[in-house]
Order: sequence, then structure tokens, then C-alpha cells
Amino acid sequence: MKNIKFIALALLTTITLASCSSDDDTTPEVINEEEVITTITLTLVPETGETVTLESRDLDGEGPNEPVITISGPLQAGMLYDGSITLENETESPAELINEEIEEEADEHQFFYQAASGVNATFAYADTENDYMNNGVANPVGLEFTLQAGTASSGTITVTLRHQPAKDAAGVSAGEIANAAGETDVQESFDIVIE
Amino acid sequence: MKFFSLVFGLLLSFQLQAQQCDFKISGVVKDFHDGNVLPNSTLSINGYDIYALSDLDGKYELSGLCKGTYVVTITHPECEVAQFTVEVTDNVQRDFKLEHHTEALNAVTVQGENTNRGTVSGTQTRLESGVLENYSNASLGDALREVAGVSSLNTGSTVVKPVIQGLHSSRVLIINNGTRMEDQEWGVEHAPNLDINAAENVTVVKGASALRYGGDAVGGVIVTNAPKAPAKDTLYGKTILSGATNGRSLGVTTSLLKAFESGFYVQGQGTTKYAGDLESPDYVLSNTGLREHDFSIGFGLNKFTYGFDAYYSFYNSEIGILRASHIGNLSDLIRAINSGAPNYVRDFTYDINAPKQDVSHHLAKINFYKRFEKAGKLSLDYSYQQNNRKEFDIRRGDDRDQASLDLQLTTHTLASNFLYDAASNLKANFGVEASYQENFPNPNTGIRRLIPDYEMYTAGAYATADLDISPKWRIDGGFRYDFMQIDAQKYYLTSSWENRGYESEFGDLVVQRLDNQLLVNPVFDYHNFSGTLGARYRIKSNWDLKLNLSSASRAPNPAELFSDGLHHSAAIIELGDLRLDQEQSYKASLELNGQTGGLTFGINPFYNHISDFIIMEPNGLQYTNRGAFPVYQYGQVDARLFGVDVRANYTFDANFNLQTVFAYVNGQDLDRNRPLIDMPAPNINTTFGFRKAEWNNLNIGLRNQTVLEQTRFPNNDFEVTYINDSGEQTTETVAVSQPPSGYSLFHLTSSVDFDVFKQSTLTLGFFVDNILNTAYRDYLNRQRYFTDDLGRNFRIQLKLNY
Repeated sequence: MKNIKFIALALLTTITLASCSSDDDTTPEVINEEEVITTITLTLVPETGETVTLESRDLDGEGPNEPVITISGPLQAGMLYDGSITLENETESPAELINEEIEEEADEHQFFYQAASGVNATFAYADTENDYMNNGVANPVGLEFTLQAGTASSGTITVTLRHQPAKDAAGVSAGEIANAAGETDVQESFDIVIE
Repeated sequence: MKFFSLVFGLLLSFQLQAQQCDFKISGVVKDFHDGNVLPNSTLSINGYDIYALSDLDGKYELSGLCKGTYVVTITHPECEVAQFTVEVTDNVQRDFKLEHHTEALNAVTVQGENTNRGTVSGTQTRLESGVLENYSNASLGDALREVAGVSSLNTGSTVVKPVIQGLHSSRVLIINNGTRMEDQEWGVEHAPNLDINAAENVTVVKGASALRYGGDAVGGVIVTNAPKAPAKDTLYGKTILSGATNGRSLGVTTSLLKAFESGFYVQGQGTTKYAGDLESPDYVLSNTGLREHDFSIGFGLNKFTYGFDAYYSFYNSEIGILRASHIGNLSDLIRAINSGAPNYVRDFTYDINAPKQDVSHHLAKINFYKRFEKAGKLSLDYSYQQNNRKEFDIRRGDDRDQASLDLQLTTHTLASNFLYDAASNLKANFGVEASYQENFPNPNTGIRRLIPDYEMYTAGAYATADLDISPKWRIDGGFRYDFMQIDAQKYYLTSSWENRGYESEFGDLVVQRLDNQLLVNPVFDYHNFSGTLGARYRIKSNWDLKLNLSSASRAPNPAELFSDGLHHSAAIIELGDLRLDQEQSYKASLELNGQTGGLTFGINPFYNHISDFIIMEPNGLQYTNRGAFPVYQYGQVDARLFGVDVRANYTFDANFNLQTVFAYVNGQDLDRNRPLIDMPAPNINTTFGFRKAEWNNLNIGLRNQTVLEQTRFPNNDFEVTYINDSGEQTTETVAVSQPPSGYSLFHLTSSVDFDVFKQSTLTLGFFVDNILNTAYRDYLNRQRYFTDDLGRNFRIQLKLNY
């Protein structure tokens, strides 16, 4: 009987002691979101003339402040632009370039570019998964693209990044988003003018 | 050699014969609790033909004894069989005390006298192991739906939270083998972390009347009890093997208990479940697999006057979350609602990928008790719990295998209770309880903490009593006070802190200001008062009426206070509020139970007024580079719930019976005069049963489960301008409020028993759920926006008792 009591007591003591070794009274470390995309920049380089940049910056990420959109200027009618997109996390210092992660996982990501609300422009992909992963797959990624500006008009262009999209679904490799499924990592619209 | 033995034997017998053998043992047999004498007790000397019967004054006399040591066995119709060792050197005067409450003690045990029985006047229902075993391969929440007025809030089919008369989560306490579960119960997608197979029975107390377990049971208390060991030499156990076609799952649970006459026992139990993707009638619910591994061990000593129990249990589950329900922003939600089918369906697999939950829970406890004559029983209880919850989302880059949420919650609880039971018409409990809790959110997630680091201290004291005031009337009442202090260290986004208007009110709590975040150290105290008062009136045999009034007080939980940010998997921004106060409920419940002929029934209407009821509801939108997110914010309103639970059972004859259970609850936000969100729809379950003992105890049940459409819901639909699939800005109303249509399902249960081996019984069960393969969605399933619920499921169960 005494033994049992002793064993029980020993067990209790062990549990109590083992569980008291916590790291009390230390200040928890601050977490800067690693995956947040604070800054989206579309750079449009024309064959001649001025480069146009479209930027959306949201330094508080999921916080209440809305993204701030900056558009450097209008597009030229009829001009073909070489486009590229950069995604950055500016909550880290120096800012983290998220493109690298997209390139490493090019098979799981795809950007979609859409012109709407009357703007006269068409997009085409200028890269494939194979460019980044050497996997022999010709599905587009969309880090590089072209924009053919049409006649003078105005409207919005929208960029969407889908994570784990159904790349083989109908129309997806041509840039149609309707069947792409997956989940949205980036979605932003820019009001632009073609002159 | 033989000769010597013989001579020695003869000498010895001669010696014995010559010994004086006219000693006697005499005295009185009494009740241990109240000291009353016990007439008609039979006393016998083990191994001798000597008997005595106690007279009307409890007196006895055992005579004709020689010098020596004897074991006296005493039996009494209403008592535990007791054995006492008596040394006789002369005439012995000895009074024996017997435990006089055997029936109340479950006939064979003296462990923890019925503390776990709830209350006299409160409404409660108990599920026994026979029912629980049917749910061996499911969860506690599934089994509890058997109880009238208990429904469940689901995330898919594997995360099942019990809802008692419309209330859930932090408002429902779960007491696992005497210990209050601290398993992050605040979240709607956090199911109770316990194995249903470890429970011998489960009691549901609807309301706050079981004060011993806590003063904050605004909704109710669920008490699970481990099997109790009898004080005799025995070894028994059972093994249940379950298989199901939907999810192609397999589950095994086994338990073994060894008890000794000395009161010592050892028990062990283990469960493992393995399931793949579930299926709706029309498609596979991709990534809804499940793994669960649990075990518990215990040992202890159950003497009548003292004893102890030591217990440890471990629970681990890995639960896949429907891939299609993981969305990136509001546009994704709108697409899902509009399409009416999941956007991600793959072939069946057992694999579980992100999004998923991986949860472990350790519970270690030790309990001592000692009984005091003419007083009662004192018990002391220490428990240690550690809950680790990891939630994995679909992530990118280096973080892809890293959990998005990784919380470790550690709780120590010390409790002491004194049960006074010396008077036959009065029972009272007095107790104190203190706990320390620490939450550690692992910073390696790389995602801002949804629940911050905090330390919480609680201290409480209570007194409850129940008293027979006449053969027909029994009253009960109690009072409880709880103190709680929470000391948190929380990082806020500076923009969010300012946007909430916290700076002016809580600016002095800021410890450190960084670039775009600030560290805050809120220390909040809460004083909670709760109480209960009630009566039970026995109208006649098998008819009784219970009335109970109770008030519970619940302090806001860490999620309600501190949430501040994106809940990734749900794609909503959840905002807690530092200004929240505790909520206080005032509940009245009435229960009438009766029997007439073959009909037994129970009717339980209730009314629950809750001041400062904490709710979460949509409050606008927030725009980010990922698109728009709905914001859900915690707030407080006055609310009331009323409803009725009805059950009726009609027995036609020895073979056929019909049972119906109906529940209705009506919740209203009194501030804005509109319905409360997430109230269970009216539902009715009817079972037609057939049983024939002669045919291997054949049992067949055909059950209809009908859930009506919930017509009372708040309109939380909101208008949003988003980018549709054509890239156009579109303004649309997001229909998040509309509950799905009602549904009606049929289920079959059946079982037969076989005697196998020497003392074993094999029970073979065959079940079909959703026989007609009906496609349906349930209002209280958070995945109803994305997918239909489960399709047909054939289940087989083999149970071996040995």
C-alpha cells in the first residue's frame, strides 16, 4: 500500500516538475508574414518610347489599409509591350522577391491577365514552366508576357495569380481563367488609358 | 518420514482440540455514512460454519470461536459485501460499518461516487456504452446527436462539435473523466479532442445546473466517464472492429481491465482509425481522410474509505480538410457558391494533404479520496493537459510544409471537493479549484499569430446541495464564483490597432512599437458569478416534473478578445475585441417525464436569456493585393433562446417499438430584433425498432432523420464589387446567409449476438447510413457552400466482449 502511494506521489511530482519548465516572461518574437505580397509591379517595356509601370502597394497586408495604386502613364495605341511582373514582400528588409518562389513552383502557379471595361488590349504568355523548372512542360506561367495595345481606349487590366490551378483544363493555357480553379494568391485591377 | 508427519499431525489436532473455543465477537453493524444501525445483516466466518444475523438494533454475536485470526463477511441487501479481519484472543467487541449506498454506486464499485451524475432538477440525458459503441468509428459529436436537443456544428464530416440547445464551443464544457477539457474549444472548426471509445457513458446536462464542473456552461456540460473497476478479482475487455464503405475506413478499438478483490485495478484502452476520402452521392470529397490514434491507461485503488486513481490519455488525429473549401479570397467564395459543386475533385485516395489539421492532446491526472465517518468524502484532483494544434494550409516556397497555425496550450488544474452525505436526505458538495494555463503559438509558422501568447489564471469556489423535503419533493441549489485573469502578449498591425480605435483606450498597454506592428500586454480580470436553483416533484411512480433556474457567466475567450487577422483557410478576416465583457445567461427549464401504458415520454421546454451574448458577424470588407475579404467581428448583443425537446417511445409488444425525438430552438438577437445565426433547424428523428431475444438477440432499427429548412436566420448577405472570370468589375450580393433546404434521410441499424469461446459474446452489427443516397446540405456544416454532405455508407462492426 505504501508503495503504491509512493509511486503515485512520484508520478505526480514528475508530471508537475516536467510541465513547469516553460519559457515564461520572455517577449514573444515578432512575426513578419513571410508569404504576404505587399507589392505587385507590372513593367511594360514598349519597342519604342517610355516604359510603363503599374504598381499596387499594400504595406499592411491583410490590415485595414487599402492598396495604393500607382500608374506611371498611358500606353501607346498600337504598341507591342514586353511585360513582366514582380511580386515583393516589403515587410521584410531587404524586401523579399517572391518571384523566386513562383519560379521554383512554376508548375503550381499561373498568372492571368485580362483587359476589360472597354480597354483595347490583348495579352499573350511569353514563358513556360520549362523555362524555370526544366521539366519539359510547355504550360504558361505568366511571369513574362506581351501586351498588344489596340486603339485609343480606357478601362481596366486585371492580374490574377492562381495557386494550384487546373492547368490542363479547357482554355487555361490560353489565359482563360474560367476553368482554372485553384485559389487566388493575387488579384488586382489597374485603370489604364491607351492614347 | 511419513510416520513423523502423521504423529505431528495428530499432535497438532490434539492440541487444537484442547484449545479453548468459546470466544465470541459481538457488536453493532452500522451505516458508514449516517451511523444508523443496520438490522438484518448476515455475518459469517469464512471457512467455518458460524453465522449470525444482526437484530433490529443492528446487534450481532458470533460465538464458538477459538483463538486465532478470522475473516468476517457481512452482507446486507442494500450494501456492498464487506470483509473484515478480526483477531480473537479473548471475547471481542467490534462494530462494523457498511457502505449503505450500493445501488447509487453502480452496484459493484466504490470509485468516485456519482459525482459525474449531474443534477437533480437540471435536464440531462445519459448515453450508455451500448449506444456509444455504435459510434466507435465516429466521434463524440456524432454520438451525442442521439440526445434530444443536441445537434452538431460541423466542418465536413470529421470535425464535429456538439451544440446543446443552440449553443456550442466555449459555451459547452466537456468533462473528460473528471477533468475539464482545455483543447482550444473556442474555434468552430476545433472538435473535442477525445476518443469516444474511452468513455463508458456520457451524460449531457443541458444548461448550467452542474456547477461543480464550471460556472460558464452557458450551453451545457458533457461529462464522459471511464469504465469503473469492480472490487473483485476479474479480467475483462472488449474489442470492436469497424469498417465502412464511405471513406473505405477501418477502425479498431480494444480495452482491457484487470481488477483485484483488494480494490486495485489496472486498465488500458487503445483506438486506431484510418480513413480515406469520403464521398457525397455525386462526387468524391477530395482530401477528407482521417487518421486517429488514441490510448489511455489507468490504475488505482478503490477502497471504500480511501483510494486513488491515476490516468493518462493521449489523443492524436490528422484530419484532411476538403480541398475545395480552401479558398484564396472573396471571388473564390462567390465562384464556389455560384457553381454549386466543388471545384476540386480527384479520384479516391487515402492520402491526406494540406489543408489539414494535426491535433494531439495529452491528459494526465491523479485523484485521491478519503471518506470520513458521519461526514462524507474528500477528494483531491490534479490534472495536466497539453493540447497541440497544427493547421496546415496550401502554402508556397520554403513554408509549404510548415503549419500555418501551431498552438500549444498547457493547463494545470488542482481541484478539491468535499461531498457531505451523512444525512440520508441531504447531499452537499463544496469545492475549490485553481488552474494555470499557458498558450504558446509557435512563431516558426511565419504567419502572424491568430491567438497570442498568454497566461491565464483561474480560481473558483462553489457550494451545491440537494435535499429531500418530502417523499415527493427534492430541491437542489448552488452557487459558484470564478475569478479569471488573462495576461497576453499580442502583436497588432499598427494600422489595425489605429483603425479599431484602440490607441486612445488601450494606448498604455503598448509595450513596444515596431515599424508596422506593436506589442501590447493586456492584463484583464473577470469576476464571474453563477448559480442554480431547482426542484423535482414526483407526481407518481414513473412520472416526475423538474424545474430548474440557472445562471452562468462566461468570460470572453482568447479568440473573442484577441483575434486579429486573416483566417487563412476560411478566407475571412476575424477581429476580436479587447472591450468585450463576460456574458451572463439566465435559463429556465422545465421537464416532464411520464409513462402510461406502453408510452413513455419526456417534454423539455426551456427559455434562455443571455445578456451581452458574444457573437461574430460580418462587418464590411477589407481589400488587399489578394483581392477582397469579408471582415467578421466579435460583438455583444442581448439574446434569447427558447425551444423544446420532446422524446416519446411507444412499445407495441416485446418485439416492436417506435421512438421519436424532436427538437426546436428559436434564437433572437434582442438588440436588433432579428434571428441569431447558426441556430439548429427543427429536426425530428424517428426509429422503428424490432428486437427478438430468442433469435440471437436480433435488433433491427429503421431510422428516419428529418431536418427542416431553417427559416429563421439573420440576413448577413453583403454586396461586393469584385473581379469576375471575364476580368470585369462586377457588383454582386454574396448569399452567405440563406440556409440550405431541409432533408430527410433513412438509416438502418442491425445487430445479432453470438456466444463464442467460453465466456465471450460476439456482436455483429450491420448499418446503412443514408440508404437512399440522398444529396443534401446542412445549415450547421461550414462546408455547405462548397459541397454536398455524405452519400450512402455501409458499415460493419464486430464486437467481442470477453
